[in-house]
Order: sequence, then structure tokens, then C-alpha cells
Amino acid sequence: MADLRVKIAELELTNPVLTASGTFGYGVEYQDFIDLSQLGGIIVKGTTLEPREGNPYPRMAETAQGMLNCVGLQNKGVDYFCQHIYPQIKDIKTNMIVNVSGNSPEDYAECAARINELDCIPAIELNISCPNVKHGGMAFGTTTEGATSVVKAVREAYKKTLIVKLSPNVTSITDIALAVQDAGADAVSLINTLMGMAIDIEKRKRILSIGTGGLSGPCIKPVALRMVYQVAHAVKLPVIGLGGISSAKDAIEFLLAGASAIEIGTANFLDPTVSVKVAQGIDEYLDKHGFKSVNEIVGICE
Amino acid sequence: MRKYVLDLRVTSVEQLSERYLLLAATNPAGPLPEMCPGQFAQLRIDDSKETFLRRPISLHHVDYERNEVSFLIQKAGKGTASLWLKRPGSTLNVILPLGNGFTMPKSLNERILLVGGGVGIAPLLFMGEAMQRMGVRPTFLLGARSKSDLLLLDKYRALGTVYVTTEDGSEGEKGFVTQHSILQNEKFDSIAVCGPKPMMMAMASYAKQAQIPCEVSLENVMACGLGACLCCVEETKDGNVCVCKEGPVFDIEKLKW
Repeated sequence: MADLRVKIAELELTNPVLTASGTFGYGVEYQDFIDLSQLGGIIVKGTTLEPREGNPYPRMAETAQGMLNCVGLQNKGVDYFCQHIYPQIKDIKTNMIVNVSGNSPEDYAECAARINELDCIPAIELNISCPNVKHGGMAFGTTTEGATSVVKAVREAYKKTLIVKLSPNVTSITDIALAVQDAGADAVSLINTLMGMAIDIEKRKRILSIGTGGLSGPCIKPVALRMVYQVAHAVKLPVIGLGGISSAKDAIEFLLAGASAIEIGTANFLDPTVSVKVAQGIDEYLDKHGFKSVNEIVGICE
Repeated sequence: MRKYVLDLRVTSVEQLSERYLLLAATNPAGPLPEMCPGQFAQLRIDDSKETFLRRPISLHHVDYERNEVSFLIQKAGKGTASLWLKRPGSTLNVILPLGNGFTMPKSLNERILLVGGGVGIAPLLFMGEAMQRMGVRPTFLLGARSKSDLLLLDKYRALGTVYVTTEDGSEGEKGFVTQHSILQNEKFDSIAVCGPKPMMMAMASYAKQAQIPCEVSLENVMACGLGACLCCVEETKDGNVCVCKEGPVFDIEKLKW
């Protein structure tokens, strides 16, 4: 049994496997299937300062080896989260991380400040990369100025581990990553979904209610892997890799590319137990190849 | 109710027509969990190159003595079509039981109408069987395009009185279920409906007018089936809610229909 522990800034994970925001609810949705304490952490559903209804139905279109969604950050707001959801999840024995989104730097900072008060939430993941909302979201994550403004505002309000989730829908993701690093982030996670579209040829109409959506699943893995490699080689911050990971082999590729930890997203829909299987598979790989710690393989790919 | 991921073993595959398949499977690892009429399972689709996600399919029949669950499946696209390749002995990976089922009768005298359209008749058999165990005999009103799409009528007749409509008049009364004379001639205490959305909306408006409590089973497109992804939402009086978790069965009073 190899040592699977990793550190993301001040955040200590028992293993490098996290579950991605928007694919794992608040964790409780999956507790019939797996022992949640076997995960490195759970990144819960995107939370905003005010409640949001999200986009109209239909919000999902299946694609070859993937899916598009345009959920649009439906959530009951940070106050509801603190009062009603937090008490239900605070005793789950893993790192419970909240994904935070907003309309303006002030919004993000206010939401982060409220979550800063919650003892059992050791980190937030800042979503500056949601492709499915008109204001905020990806608008901040596609320019270095936008990303800097949000991260700076949140950094002042938030004292624990600050992870920033990056959008792949940019010309140079390394430029954004460097800007986020300079603005005070503790880590970056990438990639969020790739913006896409699906068309129904019988109705001659775009399938999703807002026309476009974010593509996820195995089909985006090569793009995600390339971006993780580039960012890991450009920044000093720890990198969390995600995008189409559905097996231990996929996860190991991201670790070799330079990710210190990984997130599993869409694959949870196909197999609700996949996250713990990936953690076990990483362990087996390390043993088989004589590595004593998972940290030994981070970024060693030539 | 606790949910399970199970590798079931297919015990029988019966092609009822070009469009409909009856698939039965057992759990080799132990007894099947408790399940309720109106709940559904997420079937893993492994043999289709072009599809990706699981398919939500309602529970059609559960035989606890034989440790067997059956699904009535309509060939709707490439995902469901790949289930036609299953053979006895094949593995069928499922997540079940999911969602909330129909409300069961509160008394033995309750006059219950179960309305099904097309493949929407599937969960009504399980419902009828559960009512039979209670000693309640429901009335079924089943609609289809034509006689060849009316499936398994004998199984329904064993549980209650069956009325039928077909769009082409090849069996029963001609037209839609909402036009059947039974709705004018008999009085019911509650209605449960599963079928195409326009049919369910028409039944809901009949039930509202007649002031009869009515439940409908929605089939919005889903990804996770667990209430995690928020893709399958229906707009209700309480806002957008997940059909997979808060439904699929809804009291029509909660919907914005």
C-alpha cells in the first residue's frame, strides 16, 4: 500500500481523488453506493450569493462519449446552504469543498466570506468558468483582467485554501493560470466544460434551452490532459486535473502530466462507485511500479 | 429507500413486437431490494458506440419469489435499441430503486383508475400487482396507436377491469384515452397516469375539472438519476425540481400544467 496522501496548499487529502462540482450533489446522493470517507474530497454543487433557478429544461444532450449540459448554477443560495445543507454534510469524513460562483467580484467575495465562517469547509473552488450563465461565470475566466479582479476580491475575504477553476474556452489557459497565481490563488483546477452545441435534425432546432452547453465526459480528456500539462509546467501552484477521467489509468495520466490531485465528474453518472475504484487503482499502480508515494509520479512524464 | 448498483443476470428476453421488448433479470448476488410501483432503474448501456449515458426505465414487474425484476422497453433510439442484443445470461448493470412511486390506496373501497399510453403502461402492471396484494381491484384505461401496440393485455385483465382506446380504432374505442366513455360513465376516487406528456396533460386537465386527485409519472431526459446533476428538472410551484429525485411521480397540483 503506497502513501496516497497529497497536499494542495494547506489542504491535506488522504488520496488524490476528488469528485467534481455539479456531478456529485452534496455527497449524500452517493452515500448508498460508497463510503464517502474513502475520497480525498467532495466538491459540492456551485453556490451563489443569491438563490438561482438555473436555465429552463432541456438542460442536457447526450453526445458520443460525453454530454452537454446547461444547468446554469441552479442552487438555493449561500444562506440556505449555511443553514440547511451544511449541518447535513459537515460530519462527512472527507474534505467538503464548496464551489463558489457569482455575478461580480463583490458577489464572489461576499459568498466566500460566508463560507469562510464554516469550520468544516476547509477550501473553496472558485468557479470563473461556468459557460452556462449570462453574467459572471466564464465572463471572468476568459480574460486575465476578469480573473484577477475576482481572485483578488475573494482572496481578501477568504482565509482558507482557495482553488480557482479555469475555463478551457480561452486562447491561452496558461496566461489565465499565471494571472490567478499572481492574484493570490492557492491552487488551480482545470478544465471546466468546453462550450458546445447539439442540434435535433427532425425539429431543426438546437436541443438545449439556451442553445449552447458545456461538454464533459471522456471525449474531452485529451484536451484536458494537454491543458493540465501546459499549466503545470507554467505555474508554481499545485494543479488539480479534471476532464473526462473515468478510470485509474486516466487519473494516472493526469498525475504524470503534473496534476497533484484529480477530480472525477461525469463518470460518476455511469458508475456511482467509480471514484473509490480510481483511488484503489492508483494505489495498485504505485505498488506495481515500486513508487512509495503518489507525489513521486506527479509531473514526471517527459 | 436505499439504492443499489447491481450486476443483474438476464433471465429472459421476449420481443413483443418490433418496438417493444420485455427483459427480465435476476440478482445473482442476493435478494433484490424492496421496490415500489412508479419507481425506476437506470440501465447501463454497454453495447452502443454512439450513446453514453444510462437509460431510465420504469419497474414493470417485480417477482420477489423468483428474485426477478422485469422491464418493458420501447425502442426509442440507439441506447434502448442496444438492449435488444441482450440474451439470457447477459449482464445487465442497473441502479435501483430510484425516485418516488405512486401513492397506494388508503382504503380497500377506493376506486382507482390507472391510465397508460404506449410504453407508459409499464409501471401500471407493478402498481396493479401491489394493489392486488392489498385486495384492491383497479380499473385500467390503456391507449395505443393501434391493436399491434397493445401489449400484455391479459396480464392487466388478471388484475382489474381493462378498457382500451386505439387511435385507429382497431381495438376498443377509437381515439385517445381522454375521450373514453368510461370517464363520463364512472366515478373514480383517484387517477394515476403514465404516458406521453400531451396525454398526461390532457388527463390532468380532466382530473382537475372532475376534482379527482391525480398523479402523473414524468420522463424528462436524465443524466445521473440520483438528483446530483440537475438536468431533468420540471418547473413546479416550488421551482425547478429534479424529476429523478422528487418524482418521477408528481401530484398534478404541484406542477405548473
